[in-house]
Parts: sequence; C-alpha cells; structure tokens
Amino acid sequence: MSNIAKAFASGKAFIPFITCGDPDLDTTAEIVKAMSENGADLIELGIPFSDPTAEGPVIQAANLRALSGGVTTDKIFDFVRDIRKDVKTPMVFMTYANVVFSYGSERFISYCADIGIDGLILPDVPLEEREEFEPLCKKHGLDLVPLIAPTSKGRIALIAKESEGFTYVVSSLGVTGVRSEINTDIGAMVQIIRENTSKPCAVGFGISTPEQAREMAKYADGVIVGSAIVKLAAQFGKESAKPIGDYVKAMKQAISDIAD
Amino acid sequence: MTKSKGRFGVHGGQYIPETLMNAVIELENAYNFYKDDPDFNKELQRLFNEYAGRPSLLYYAEKMTKDLGGAKIYLKREDLNHTGAHKINNVLGQALLAKRMGKTRLIAETGAGQHGVATATAAALMGMECVVFMGEEDTKRQALNVYKMRLLGADVVPVKSGTATLKDAVSEAMREWTSRISDTHYCLGSVMGPHPFPTIVRDFQAVISKEIKQQMLEKEGRLPDAVLACVGGGSNAIGSFYHFIGDKDVRLIGCEAAGRGIDTFETAATMNTGRLGIFHGMKSYFCQDKYGQIAPVYSISAGLDYPGVGPEHAYLHDIGRAEYVPVTDDEAVNAFEYLSKTEGIIPAIESAHALAYAIKIAPQMEKGKIIAVTLSGRGDKDCAAIARYRGEDIYE
Repeated sequence: MSNIAKAFASGKAFIPFITCGDPDLDTTAEIVKAMSENGADLIELGIPFSDPTAEGPVIQAANLRALSGGVTTDKIFDFVRDIRKDVKTPMVFMTYANVVFSYGSERFISYCADIGIDGLILPDVPLEEREEFEPLCKKHGLDLVPLIAPTSKGRIALIAKESEGFTYVVSSLGVTGVRSEINTDIGAMVQIIRENTSKPCAVGFGISTPEQAREMAKYADGVIVGSAIVKLAAQFGKESAKPIGDYVKAMKQAISDIAD
Repeated sequence: MTKSKGRFGVHGGQYIPETLMNAVIELENAYNFYKDDPDFNKELQRLFNEYAGRPSLLYYAEKMTKDLGGAKIYLKREDLNHTGAHKINNVLGQALLAKRMGKTRLIAETGAGQHGVATATAAALMGMECVVFMGEEDTKRQALNVYKMRLLGADVVPVKSGTATLKDAVSEAMREWTSRISDTHYCLGSVMGPHPFPTIVRDFQAVISKEIKQQMLEKEGRLPDAVLACVGGGSNAIGSFYHFIGDKDVRLIGCEAAGRGIDTFETAATMNTGRLGIFHGMKSYFCQDKYGQIAPVYSISAGLDYPGVGPEHAYLHDIGRAEYVPVTDDEAVNAFEYLSKTEGIIPAIESAHALAYAIKIAPQMEKGKIIAVTLSGRGDKDCAAIARYRGEDIYE
C-alpha cells in the first residue's frame, strides 16, 4: 500500500494545504507539525510559483509573500528532509509544471522521493500532458495525482483510469478560493470515478466550513482545504500554527463520523 | 496514454487546468470544421475586404531605400487596417468562429491595447459582450486605448497581480475563462497559449504573408530576400513568415525587444535570453530564473513586453529556419523617428523594432536585393510615450 493509500485507510481523509515559506519556512514547519498532530491525513505542500494561473487571490498572495521572503525549491527540499524526521503524515507537493520542468523533471522527482514526498499535484498538467511527468513519477515511486473538473464530462472515466494515489475532484468552476455554496453534482462525478478506478478520491476548491466538509465527505473519500487555511496564515503570520491546528482539528472532527 | 497535441518540435502542447480542456477541444473541433467551410470563409473574406480594409498595401519605401543605399525596402502596411494594426485579422476570425460556436461573450488580454481595441471592435460589430483584461501598469501607459475600448462598449478590467503587465493580463483572462466557459470565448491575441490557439491565430494572420508574396510577385516578379517583423508573442511575425517557410532562400528575421539591452535584466528578448519552460499553456522559451519563476521583463513597447514567445517561433529558431535578433529601446525609438521623417509614416513602437533592424542590414546588402518589413501597427498611440522618452513632457 502506498503512503497516500494509507491516508485514506481509516475513515474520511482531511487534507490541508499550505504554501511553503509563507511567511517563512520556520513557520511552515510549525504549521505542518500542528496539522499532523491535529488529525491531518495527508498534507499538501505548495511550492510557490510566480504566476499561479489556477489560483484565486488568496493563494496568489501567499505565493508572492513566500517568493519575496526568498524561498526556493532547494530550500523547500531541505525543509521537507528536516521535517520528515518528526512528521510521518503522507505529504504531496502542489506546484506548477515549470517549477518541476525547469529544475530538471527527473532531478526534481528523484529528490522528492529521497526526502519522503509521496506524490505530486500539477494543476497545469492535464491528461494530455501526463506523459511528460508520469513515467518519471512511476520510476521513482511517486503518485502523480490527476484532477477532474465539473467540465470534464466524458473525460472523467479516461482520467480516473489513469489515477495514481488519489483523484482530485475540483468542486467548482474557476480558481481556488472560498465559496459560499457548491452547486456541482459531486455525487454524479464520484460515481463515474468509482466505476473506473479503485483509487480513492478527494474533493477540493471552495471548501471552508465544517458543514461543507461534511456534505462533500458524504460522496468522496476525503476533503481538501487550501484557501481557508492560507487566509489564517495571512492573518496570523508567524503565529499561525496554533489557529491552523485548531482549524484542522475542527474540520477532521466534522467528517470523522461519516461512514465510508 | 493520451497523446499531447499541437506540437511544433518539442514546443507547444496544452499545459492548462483540466477545467479548460473540454473548452479547447470544443474550439479545436469547431475550427477544424469551419476552416474548410465555404460559407465561413466567404464571410471572413467579406469582413477582411469590406470592414478591415484588406488587402493591405505593400509600399515601396523609395526615400528610405535611397537614403540607406542598399537593399530595396518594401513596407507591408498592416498599420492601415481598421483599428490600426494586424490584430484585427485574428480577431475577426476568432469572433466569427465564436459566434458560430454559439458564444455570446468575448474575453481578451491586451498589452499595448491594440488587441483589446480590436476585440472590442469585433464584439461591437457582432453584437457580443466583451471584457478586456489589461495590466494596471499598461492602463496608465495606454490610457487612450482604455478609453477607446470603453467607447466601443467593452469592460476593461485593470489587473493588479504580479507585474501588472501583459503576462498578468493573460493569467487573469485564463482564470476568468475557467470560471465562465459555456457562453464565453477567450479571444487570445497572439500565437501562444495552449493548442489550438497558436495554430488558429497563425492561420488567421497568415493572410499577411499570402498577400506579401502575391504583391511582391506582381511588383518585382520575384520573392523578397528577407522578411522582417517584430516578435513579442509573435503573431504578426508568424503571419509574415508563414507562406515563405518553404521558400528556403527567403531569410526570415524576427526582431525581439531587447529593452535596455540583452546584457541587462531590463529586457524582453526571449529567444536571446530565455530558456525552455512551460507557461501559459505551452512549452516554449521563457525569461525565467534558475527555479523556473517567470522573470519580470521590460521593453519600451507594451506590446512586446512579454516573457515568452509562441511555440512555432521557438521551433523555427531550433531548426534554424528563422533568425531572432535583439533590438534595443534606443534603436527602436530612432527608427520610429526615422520613418516618420523619411517616409511620413508614424509606425507603432513595436513595428519600429523591425524597422530598426532593416535600417541596420539594408546598407550591407547589394542594391539588387529586396527586403519586406511588416509595419504591424501605426504609432499614434506611442507619440506621448516617445515624447516623454525624449524628455518632452506631453500627455495625451
């Protein structure tokens, strides 16, 4: 069983996201520990990119804060190697194709494997471009997590068949960010996914409240939250580990009694 | 495994969020249908001829030729098109296509404002809604074009993210497209972005080289020795090159904006200073740092102020079929003034980059040689900025 599969092995998974280096890597280390201690099943670590085209204003701003704080891919690799001594929770990187490609895709992916990263999420790499990265991920034992969107329609089955690790179900049109309601028929999408893969699926984009998390967890195997957490990081800066830990705990509790 | 599409050598592809994939597939299917549809082509030809004013003139710049004392210089007058630049060729094609696809709303990015004005124009003509994304920095540099777009009925959204220039306007237009696809077509302004845009935009701009070839054969009875055009994303350049790619004796020269020089950080010369990367939906050359962060670029020309280049240009560069040369702000401004005084034609500062290189090479060529320079746009929009560059404090 891959590390990512373990994240889904005991009940509904809660998957928090944080941008590395926002505002600095020492704070990110505290946040990641707090997430792990408060029930995170899988942690998504964002490597900042100068022009994150799939992100809304909240995560765009976090990327800028991190980059202007001087964080780099190499510093993030060192940080993960270090934090892996304490944190056993499965971790994936979320970043953009150019961050991986410009580093040398194989060099990037093999370093990921070395430091204990379990998978990659690349929002600007659709099914048609998976071949650029997927064989290298397979070679080094990483899962390249595919995304499915509300507009995917006939593509859902094709994408699900290629799923590694888990399938990331994008809940809404548009970019990342908190939404007051989610209108997509997640249940129908998840049904098609389940017909085409045995890998778990998690829903993200727009989820911020325990009620929304409960609603999504009725259909999917896990819930991903990014912008709501990054907002806390923006608000509390170097002091954000505690409020983020509390938030993760509340969200995990909200979905823990929902049966598989 | 599903295969990548839209490649020019290693370049191109479709590096975009899954949310947009069905939209670009729908666009590709519609384009493949309509590009050979007689009714569609008849309508587009009518718009080209009756609305945009095509064919544009191929003008023999006699005074300039005599003054430089070398190759014979012809100017392809895209500046005489309706809205004052080559951008209208692509926009009329895409707007017509979007309309046939049942879309009612056009969105676009713009740098200098020429593509935004062209899109707003086509939207007004065809009764479509229009929203243009423009870097906040550029809305200040090109205030007149912002007014024009609003006059034409478009909403102009100033983009504050990143460097608040063209690349950020493209990012924001892509974000907008992911949030509203069913009624909206993204009318991309250059030969860049995910497949099928580089191909569609090239095909609509290829009318430039088709006409140059025909007009040159009529006037000179032979093909030119060189074709020159400025390159930002590269739409007027690929349009000028396309029908000459198979004619190996015709040199194809793309002129990039070097800003303050390719040995400085204040440059936008992608081929000369960038390296292979993946951004804005395509693999191509980009100005970026060692970690792949996209570099803030600079040029006096808002239309060439972009950190990437279209994938087909990257390929023509790789195989050595086209040359890409850097031209500085200073050289472009000198050419802007030179053409105004010599021929009585005020060129766009973008096009002045190509003119500057023509001024450099024409005297080194024999008198019997012929070069064609594409004058991609007219320079009214640039007068205030050039005056300020020369220390005259005028505002439009």
